[in-house]
Amino acid sequence: MGLDINTKKAKKNAYRIGKVRGEGASRIRVPGGYLKAEILGMVQEIAEKYGNGIVHLTTRQGFEIEGIRLEDMDAINEMLQPIIEILEINQQDPGTGYPASGTRNICACIGNNVCPFANYNTSKFAKRIEKEIFPNDLHFKVALTGCSNDCAKVRLHDFGIIGMTMPQYDPSRCVSCQACVKGCRSLSVNALRMENYKIIRDEEKCIGCGVCITKCPTRAWTRSPKKYYKLTLMGRTGKKNPRLGEDFLIWTDEDTIVKIILNTYRFVKEYISPDAPGGKEHIGYIIDRVGFEEYKKWALDGVTLLPETKMRECVYWSGIHFDR
Amino acid sequence: MGYQLSRKTADEIFGRLKQDYDIFAPKLYPGEGCFSDTDVIRYGKVGSLDEIEWSKRSDYSFKEALLAVNEVLFYFTEKETRVPSCTDKKLLIFLRSCDLHAVKRLDAIYLNNGPEDFYYKRLREKARFVLMGCSETCGTGFCVSMGTNRTEEYDLYLKPEGELYRADCRLEELQRYFLTEEVSVCEAVPDYVRENKEKVTFPEKLSTETFSNPLWAEYGSRCIGCGRCNSVCPTCTCFTMQDITYRDNENAGERRRVWASCQVDGYTDIAGGNSFRKTQGEKMRFKVMHKIYDFEKRFGYPMCVGCGRCDEVCPEYISYVNIINRLAKEEG
Repeated sequence: MGLDINTKKAKKNAYRIGKVRGEGASRIRVPGGYLKAEILGMVQEIAEKYGNGIVHLTTRQGFEIEGIRLEDMDAINEMLQPIIEILEINQQDPGTGYPASGTRNICACIGNNVCPFANYNTSKFAKRIEKEIFPNDLHFKVALTGCSNDCAKVRLHDFGIIGMTMPQYDPSRCVSCQACVKGCRSLSVNALRMENYKIIRDEEKCIGCGVCITKCPTRAWTRSPKKYYKLTLMGRTGKKNPRLGEDFLIWTDEDTIVKIILNTYRFVKEYISPDAPGGKEHIGYIIDRVGFEEYKKWALDGVTLLPETKMRECVYWSGIHFDR
Repeated sequence: MGYQLSRKTADEIFGRLKQDYDIFAPKLYPGEGCFSDTDVIRYGKVGSLDEIEWSKRSDYSFKEALLAVNEVLFYFTEKETRVPSCTDKKLLIFLRSCDLHAVKRLDAIYLNNGPEDFYYKRLREKARFVLMGCSETCGTGFCVSMGTNRTEEYDLYLKPEGELYRADCRLEELQRYFLTEEVSVCEAVPDYVRENKEKVTFPEKLSTETFSNPLWAEYGSRCIGCGRCNSVCPTCTCFTMQDITYRDNENAGERRRVWASCQVDGYTDIAGGNSFRKTQGEKMRFKVMHKIYDFEKRFGYPMCVGCGRCDEVCPEYISYVNIINRLAKEEG
């Protein structure tokens, strides 16, 4: 009997159709790159039973089990079930693997579980977004990073989420050591200066990275109780016009970001090119076509921004153009 | 006299104390630690017993209740100066044995070291101390090695034990707050630490020769000069002076004293631009020698009380405990 595979269905089921006839790879999404070590054993088991024993750590923090036979997909889906359940991936029919692959795994840096620079729990927020947007066939890339260092390279994603904190200054605890001033100058944007032995923060310049807080020896600088984020839009790699994501909202919150991402799905459904190959078109190209004003209207539907949020009214992207 | 009292009674007594005393105690400040989603325990004014952090040692010591980080010494304008008024209330400071031993060091520096310090004295005279017992050692403290694990110098001992509080009142002034029918008299011996994880052997043969030990350069190369060790230390008392005029009116201003750190650049700067201890190694040598050698030569006991906060706070994982033990081994 010939090998009769619906490749479109297989791809949506998170399998890659490989270059070797009859072979492919099973792709396991790990939201936020955060997983219990027991999953490693499960991945190993599948790789050794159905693959060639090799696992690729993907650029989006998932696993790709190489060298699987395409006819084994159903059996592999059964073995994927505990992984899907432990990682709490949305799924309707147990034992059938991943219900979609268009919306890619949500990436995140290690965040404040470990990193002293991070301003929030990146993997927790990644999981929240995953729960809200997956499964979906539309091609969305979301990444989260703990601070403005952007180790997760979120500016190469459709939605980049950068952690911020609003530094709180208590002059009565400040000893004028200037560790914050020096730290901000050497590691960040030089937004602090000392006047009358007390620190003045240039609010326009400050990027909310939190360096001043980690440098302060007396807790004169502390974090805002509220966690803030910068939302960057429509960064991407690609053949036509790779570009860095641009700032859209500065000093925004989690709920707003989730709403904007969900609104963007509606926008894409409305405006995606009917000729989009495989039903996938970079959101940035769609915005290029319909204009940022129109996108903004959709994105901000039902959104109330925090009073402290700064929004860029119009966003322009540059990047490298190979398409003109 | 020892007492046992219910939580409810303790709360009532606290309420009465609050009317006559500003009460300072270690408090947990959620989210105000150095890193995201971390807390800090430091001193603050408390309004109820529940606000007090009983279980863990505070990251910062009690000293800011007696020595504000910033203290205005006087305001000035034209030919006038004016000393800020002092609180009318007395102070009640909750602290642990190591810190109560540190009070003795602060007194030595500010009251028994030449002229008395006016500002320290006027607050110190109002201060009463409540000993919080330690039922177990903290992680980095070495109070047993320092002999600061016990004290009888407290005015009041108070400790929650399950649903009850146990108290021992040694100061007559405070006794009247406990004269209520709800309080039963019993024995109350303060809890104290009998053994620490960290043990320190004190070097006995330190001298100016110790300056040449290569360990100072070694640790100096690791130190970033942030001054956290000084900030958290209950016995670091150095301050610097700042004169400022107000931004909107340069004819008025204030002189204040502000905590200074011997580890931070600028500490030994003098007029003319000279600076004495330039390298971090020299600065660390100065600090350690002051804690365990110079002070003792003057007052007869070491300055360090072994609270271990400096070891806990150092971002570069420099262990003062290890430095002392190495000195004991290498210098004898």
